Amino acid sequence: MVPWFSWSAAIFFVAGLYLGFFVAPTDVQQGEAYRIMFIHVPASILSMFIYLVMAGYAALGLIFNTRLSSMMASALAPTGALLAFLSLWTGALWGKPMWGSWWVWDARLTSELILLFLYIGFIALHASIEDPRRADRASALLAIIGSVNVPIIYFSVQWWNTLHQGATIKFTGTSMHEVMQQGLLAMLLAVWLYAIAMTLIRVRSIILERESKTQWVAELIEVKR
Amino acid sequence: MNQLSLLGLISLVVRRDLVLAMRRRADVLTTLIFFVMVVSLFPLGVGPEMEMLRKMAPGLVWVSALLASMLSLGRMFSADYLDGTLEQMMLAPQSLAIVVLSKILAHWMVSGFPLVIIAPVLGMQFDMSAQALWVLMITLLLGTPILSVIGAAGAALTLGLRGGGALVSLLVLPLCIPVLIFGAGAVESVVSGINAGSNLALLGAILVMALAFMPWITAHALRISLE
Repeated sequence: MVPWFSWSAAIFFVAGLYLGFFVAPTDVQQGEAYRIMFIHVPASILSMFIYLVMAGYAALGLIFNTRLSSMMASALAPTGALLAFLSLWTGALWGKPMWGSWWVWDARLTSELILLFLYIGFIALHASIEDPRRADRASALLAIIGSVNVPIIYFSVQWWNTLHQGATIKFTGTSMHEVMQQGLLAMLLAVWLYAIAMTLIRVRSIILERESKTQWVAELIEVKR
Repeated sequence: MNQLSLLGLISLVVRRDLVLAMRRRADVLTTLIFFVMVVSLFPLGVGPEMEMLRKMAPGLVWVSALLASMLSLGRMFSADYLDGTLEQMMLAPQSLAIVVLSKILAHWMVSGFPLVIIAPVLGMQFDMSAQALWVLMITLLLGTPILSVIGAAGAALTLGLRGGGALVSLLVLPLCIPVLIFGAGAVESVVSGINAGSNLALLGAILVMALAFMPWITAHALRISLE
């Protein structure tokens, strides 16, 4: 499955970047700088979504005691943290020409920063517990507690009237140029597929690491070599 | 064995923890002195202009209270964990969540409540008005229990780990940010002449939610840590 997702991610990545940076017209208000949105928006959406998926897997692992779901949760965390960081980074790059400063203490930025801290906390807790079973379950509990934050980030633009602009794409229709929208969708798909591919690669190595004492791992061709 | 009522159980555990805390008074005092020292460090760091300090005071006292309450979290379960009392509590027929709730209550009495008492004195150093001092006390009274309740879950998750102290802060601080925002926000709104009611109401809502769910989660975390 990994090559499928990685290759399609790469294709959509190229297509999205091409549409975003060469085809899409310049924005009336924001000029060329708006193009950073093609990375910023998918990264932000995915960083929130991955947290929910991670908390979901963690809950599954905690309730039904399935080992694979806990492994999936810990495989998702680094990708999520990376995307949260990317979203903050590109947001800062965009904020400098638009708002005139790298960082504004507004509700959405702050809560995205908290999300990054939650990811780091999850990874740190998982890393500091030796016993993998206990590590899985303890960090699963933490992930579930932290999932309270995701809706807060998502609705923060509506609840508090802040500097960060609201969503432009709505289900009822959009105020965006068509090519921009296509570019954004392509990038969203690309990041989505990238996250899946990375997670699958990581979960594969986690499985191999944990099952390294078993017969079937020892019989694998890659291991024998 | 005679039946223990709910309140009887709570008062039993609280009394036991308070007696233990009184036997080791130095631990209680360190938290308090840490709080006072951190607050007094700020004027040295940013300069003694009264105008600026008055503006910063609410946030400053709140951040210091947050840090001070992190300091004592590690002690909440560790002593009982080391001498095996915690396992006995887990085996007891009474609900572990209630035991945890009473331990949190006792922890707040020795580490959170003193902060509430001393905060007005520190506020006076920053020339806060009497009204602002009252609101500061109320927010701390509502806020410090939340810090203890959330912190308990962090303490339970990191029980018996190496480097537990720094890890607890890493886990708990992000979760405590809303408390900080609303707590400091309430005091600031009084200073600038707006009604503090909405911030206080939100703080109270967080307290009620946290009291309802967190002891149960903490009990679960303890079971994970001790299995």
